[in-house]
Amino acid sequence: MSAPRTAGRTPPARKPPAGTSPASAVPPDAARSPAENRPRRPGSRRGKGGARWFTPWLYLLAPLALLVVFTWLPVVDMFGYSFTDWDGISPVRNWVGLSNYSDLFTRPQLFQVFWVSLFYLGASVVQICAALYFATVLSFNTRLRNLFKGVLFFPYLINGVAVGFVFLYFFQPGGTLDTVLGWFGAGPHLWLSDPHLVNTSLAGVSVWRFMGVNLVLFIGAIQSIPPQLYEAAALDGASRWQQFRYVIAPSIRPIISLSVILAISGSLSVFEIPFIMTGGSNNSETFVIQTIKLAFNFNKTGLASAAAVVLLAIVLLVTWVQRLLFPDERVEQS
Amino acid sequence: MTALDAPAVARAPRSPGRAAPVRGRVAVFLKYLSLVLASAVVLVPLAAVLLTSLRTSKEMAGGGALAAPDNWLNFHNYAIAFTDGHMLRALWNTTFILFFSVLGTVLIGSMTAYAIDRFHFRFKKLVMTLFLVASLVPSVTTQVATYQIVNNLGVMDTRWAPVMLYMGTDIVSIYIFLQFIRSIPVSLDEAARIDGANSFTIYWRIIMPLLRPAAATVVIIKGVAIYNDFYIPFLYMPDDSLGTISTSLFRFKGPYGAHWEVISAGAALVIIPSLVVFLALQRFIYNGLASGATK
Repeated sequence: MSAPRTAGRTPPARKPPAGTSPASAVPPDAARSPAENRPRRPGSRRGKGGARWFTPWLYLLAPLALLVVFTWLPVVDMFGYSFTDWDGISPVRNWVGLSNYSDLFTRPQLFQVFWVSLFYLGASVVQICAALYFATVLSFNTRLRNLFKGVLFFPYLINGVAVGFVFLYFFQPGGTLDTVLGWFGAGPHLWLSDPHLVNTSLAGVSVWRFMGVNLVLFIGAIQSIPPQLYEAAALDGASRWQQFRYVIAPSIRPIISLSVILAISGSLSVFEIPFIMTGGSNNSETFVIQTIKLAFNFNKTGLASAAAVVLLAIVLLVTWVQRLLFPDERVEQS
Repeated sequence: MTALDAPAVARAPRSPGRAAPVRGRVAVFLKYLSLVLASAVVLVPLAAVLLTSLRTSKEMAGGGALAAPDNWLNFHNYAIAFTDGHMLRALWNTTFILFFSVLGTVLIGSMTAYAIDRFHFRFKKLVMTLFLVASLVPSVTTQVATYQIVNNLGVMDTRWAPVMLYMGTDIVSIYIFLQFIRSIPVSLDEAARIDGANSFTIYWRIIMPLLRPAAATVVIIKGVAIYNDFYIPFLYMPDDSLGTISTSLFRFKGPYGAHWEVISAGAALVIIPSLVVFLALQRFIYNGLASGATK
């Protein structure tokens, strides 16, 4: 206690220019502790306001206010709404207990959006595998490496509405895809209006759009593997596949599992592309589109909130299971 | 031909070194083939839109989707898209939102990181937990309730609604700042404090300048996300005059439903700035993405 006070008081008074020397003159442990507890500041003469108990709260005021208002309050409210029949406008809302939830799980047309998620889940498997393959290839000497990396990554930066339009044109009857397939003698398909095909087409767009992010993350992770490991593997005569299996895959496991969890929560919350391209018609309605329609088109705020609670619960469950299966995986990068 | 014989000879004794040149050549070929195919998959849809945007409506009637335009410098569709789509206004709205949200995010993130890392106070654990758990809540799930809050705050259908939402729900940037501030030695704060600096001076004059790399990361990730976001402006700024790049482009769909040459020009107009920024800032974007995803 005394050490910090001297450190705080004497140097500025007696030798003003000393900036760093007093700190280094103090024994290391004494120099360390004062930064973390407050009694030290009364010693410094100009430190008014810098030491009080509320100082950290001054910095946290705005962040906490925003956090509570835009994240925590909505979560709590949403739980509340989900037990009512509120329409989002009228002042009256009646407590209906669990009936919104039972509606959700018993009415097939409400529940079918989960099947749509499976298409996107399947697409994310393709996406992660493709990203792993290209990341491995592009991490070793390949000509035009940066060009390929840039090309494959670029779709991620494109505006979602623009992506939607690009692929509306792409999938049009007689559009780009049919033209290209025509060169190979394949016939045209109704890519977006065939209810059996629409989700595959849309999930393909999501692979096109997001594969690059996984690619860049995987390349970053692969490059942080110490090169000696490859040398050792090469000396042992490991093939490329064996190198991948025994050196690369284990080393980048944390980032793979992160990608998997993001893929799962991403597949559940698909919104933009199907909304822009089909508006959710022909069987392509996803969970979020349905929730938004329920809330803002049909004024069923209560039911929409229950749906959102279910979605949130699934996402939290997935995260929790993932943490359980892969505990304390810290990604060491940069 | 000799090249093709070799693997059969080399197969019996397990010697990868001998087989490598031939099998290697096939592997190399397949490798480049896969890369070229993947690039084609990325580029063909974009090329089709670019080609279409340069065609006249007369040309649209005949010819396939990948037919070349008669005049490569026909920017007529771009002019229509730019004026009828009110792209200038959209750009202004987007810039406004982008500027204030990014500025706010950097301030909020760095202040939070400073308070949490440099002070000891009661309920610090609780505050940390509040931020941590909030990062698990995907914002799409809570929109129904958030909508009511934005409504009650009276900022509905103003540019401040997205600004507040982008600032308030961004937990990732707080993590980036928090991680970065840990690497700044505490002795710097102490030295300044001994010179008589108060906590705000330390934050503003010492910590903030040193956080510049982290701020650059946040600006890039956040900037890309906001420029491309459709959901929040669509939901909270339904007014026509408040269109952002995304929502203005979306509104094309109605009036120009069948005029693909104009829609394509609009899409190209929106994509080109992203391309320019990407080419200029490639390295930063890759790095920013990595530190954003891994926190």
